[in-house]
Amino acid sequence: MKLTLRIWRQKGPGDKGAMVEYPVDGISADASFLEMLDVLNEELIAKGEEPVAFDHDCREGICGMCSLVINGTPHGPERNTTTCQLHMRKFKDGEVIDVEPWRAKAFPVIKDLVVDRGAFDRIIKSGGFISAPTGTAPEAHSTPVPKPDADRAFEAAECIGCGACVAACPNGSASLFLGAKVTHLGLMPQGQPERWDRVVSMLETHDAEGFGGCTNTGECTVACPKGIPLDVIGRLNHDYIKATAGGAKK
Amino acid sequence: MVDAFYKSGEPIADAKAPQGPIEQRWTTRKFEAKLVNPANKRKKKIIIIGTGLAGGAAGATLGEAGYHVVQFCFQDSPRRAHSIAAQGGINAAKNYRNDGDSVHRLFYDTVKGGDFRARESNVHRLAEISTQIIDQCVAQGVPFAREYGGLLDNRSFGGTQVSRTFYARGQTGQQLLLGAYQALMRQVDAGNVELHPRHEMLDLIMEDGRARGVVVRNLLTGEIQHHTADAVVLASGGYGNVYFLSTNAMGSNVTASWRAHRHGAYFANPCYTQIHPTCIPVSGDHQSKLTLMSESLRNDGRVWVPKKGGDTRRPADIPEDERDYYLERIYPSFGNLVPRDIASRAAKNVCDEGRGVGPGGLGVYLDFADAIERLGRKTVEAKYGNLFEMYERITGENPYDTPMRIYPAVHYTMGGLWVDYDLQSNIPGLFVTGEANFSDHGANRLGASALMQGLADGYFVLPTGLGDYIARNNLGPVSATAIEEAETRVTEQIDRLLAIDGDRTVDSFHRELGHIMWEYCGMERTEEGLRKALELIPALRAEFWSRVKVTGTGAELNQQLEKAGRVADFLELGELMVIDALHRTESCGGHFRAESQDEDGEAKRDDENFSYVAAWEWAGSDEQPVLHKEALEFEYVHPTQRSYK
Repeated sequence: MKLTLRIWRQKGPGDKGAMVEYPVDGISADASFLEMLDVLNEELIAKGEEPVAFDHDCREGICGMCSLVINGTPHGPERNTTTCQLHMRKFKDGEVIDVEPWRAKAFPVIKDLVVDRGAFDRIIKSGGFISAPTGTAPEAHSTPVPKPDADRAFEAAECIGCGACVAACPNGSASLFLGAKVTHLGLMPQGQPERWDRVVSMLETHDAEGFGGCTNTGECTVACPKGIPLDVIGRLNHDYIKATAGGAKK
Repeated sequence: MVDAFYKSGEPIADAKAPQGPIEQRWTTRKFEAKLVNPANKRKKKIIIIGTGLAGGAAGATLGEAGYHVVQFCFQDSPRRAHSIAAQGGINAAKNYRNDGDSVHRLFYDTVKGGDFRARESNVHRLAEISTQIIDQCVAQGVPFAREYGGLLDNRSFGGTQVSRTFYARGQTGQQLLLGAYQALMRQVDAGNVELHPRHEMLDLIMEDGRARGVVVRNLLTGEIQHHTADAVVLASGGYGNVYFLSTNAMGSNVTASWRAHRHGAYFANPCYTQIHPTCIPVSGDHQSKLTLMSESLRNDGRVWVPKKGGDTRRPADIPEDERDYYLERIYPSFGNLVPRDIASRAAKNVCDEGRGVGPGGLGVYLDFADAIERLGRKTVEAKYGNLFEMYERITGENPYDTPMRIYPAVHYTMGGLWVDYDLQSNIPGLFVTGEANFSDHGANRLGASALMQGLADGYFVLPTGLGDYIARNNLGPVSATAIEEAETRVTEQIDRLLAIDGDRTVDSFHRELGHIMWEYCGMERTEEGLRKALELIPALRAEFWSRVKVTGTGAELNQQLEKAGRVADFLELGELMVIDALHRTESCGGHFRAESQDEDGEAKRDDENFSYVAAWEWAGSDEQPVLHKEALEFEYVHPTQRSYK
């Protein structure tokens, strides 16, 4: 395949970035999008030019590290797919493809296509866990979890923390990410004691990190490579209202 | 002679496991270990490299215990450690199925599955702790699969005949890692763990023969920093990426372990590489990695190839009686569930016979037609849906309609830094956990036991031995000289890599090394091939140091520089792997020496001469490594030729 790539190049956080055009040729339709960028980078290095910096690791669609906005869509055109699992057979020969980093105030650009998603860790740190000290846990079978709850919790737990939801949201909101964690932990008996504190502190951190508010546009769930459903945001709002109105915190 | 490639050193006399009945040893050790006063713990600093199951669990636990933990990972978040990609499950001797499982049976299966090259004491401890791991993870909210009554579900997994594997669809590793990650972040919030993502360990700070800290590079700014501590824990994963193509994440590397090895830490059994039987076959030269399909697929998928070679018909057009379900035929009692090494080699054999399927003939079918007919498509979808989707995305073929194609790929390394029963390396103060150490899997790792070991080490084993070390050694501050020496080594190497300015990319060297390793030190090894590799690797290494091109500078985010440092280490490790493979003239587990097989083509162990751990000591860049042998004793599980027939 022959393609024209227009890639966001930015030297550092303080620098001004710009789209730069690169033609590539001889791309296999079986290559993944990232492998296609590998090919481009090998060519750039051979010419003594700086290769394009981008984040990636497992290349199996699970670590959540890859993060490209392709033709305006986080993780590209294929639904329920991370960039690393997007294959070139989904593109047409001769196509012009725009490649940009995640676009969100809370995810500042570090270099080229690499952004800082540290805010997600800080949200989890503020309450996205169950306090279970090591070595003191009760027998696993002593707390049954009804299968429907376990399945729904699992569905929410599938979030890989890639940040596509934020990049897709016109407001730069991380409500889907939060909703997924609040739903996962809040559906299980183990997560009940901290349920109300959790939602309040995670949302406070969310706002403090510069993520925007949710206006239910639903772009997040369209972009989500794991198909996290929109109703987790409903649960987030429900729990938050209940927590604050009920005086759980504040 | 083989001896020309290495020197013999003193045997390792003692791995420090307590004496007495095997069921008592761990209890004894826990009781005999000295404790650290809670008030003193916060004054003790521990460095942890890596945030996967072993490292994340260790950080969470040691932070909770009150130590001051300083932890590093090269990814942008601890949640991205490669443990996240493990799919299938985690074993535990809970006997929830009432199918005769027990701690002793899990212990037995693991020692036998490791082809009698693991330590009995360690493996028994692992089996004991397995039940606690499930309790711990459930308490953290890990959403394991459940039955309608709300109790935990189980399934069976490669190499075992009981259902002892706990799972969370095909994402068990992800869910377990998120549990550990969340527990770790809770400790970060509590101020007990100081976390440094996007940092890579590049050297060890040594003083008075002890590990006293690390030198790291901030991958965003290029800044070289030092951190000192009372002890250092390496939880940095395996080294399968030495093969270039593997199922490992792209960033997985051996650097932390290798730099410790260069300071004297023994590297044990480096040649034991597990080749996983169920990966998606290679599609072309552009390929950067291989994708694993969970081994759980072998529970319901039937493996077959056409009976006659060169049969290019579509699978659906090949009638039943012209198919060879070779695993069921050769191994009737285990069938498609034989351990990984057996399944991998059997696939290679049928492909070598010219009966492989798909492009290049390097593939075998994994067929779900029977399972779909027996269970219904819905049930199969519920069990394996995400794996089927992943397969379709990568290959463009729909596995509900046509069988998957699979081929073996490098997956897991059983070798690693040598550790004693306390997980301490032979360098005092340097502890090694999870895949980075060598101790529990022998020459072959059974399915669903890597997650078990990572979490056992991090949550339950490490704190005991580490606490004992801290309690017994009241260490002072580290001298400026020791720090400076380590920093100088790091900056000198970076400067050297940047100064070469050659004409070959880092990846091209890595790919070439990978070819050599796969060809000569892969699924099957011969003396001739290994000797050939010993000529090729040093030559490639010399070329690397004269022709590699690293763009950019050291003072910025520079992914080429990161890779170059890692490939430099792989080039040294690769040679040691080959030497280890060459000296071990037996076949065992993931190490199949063609010269050592029985009349049926099965691996032939040589217990008389090789029932030991090969622990290699670094002697210098152009020096022969020194072999230290740790004899293995089997009091409870008596070595027999493994047979799955």
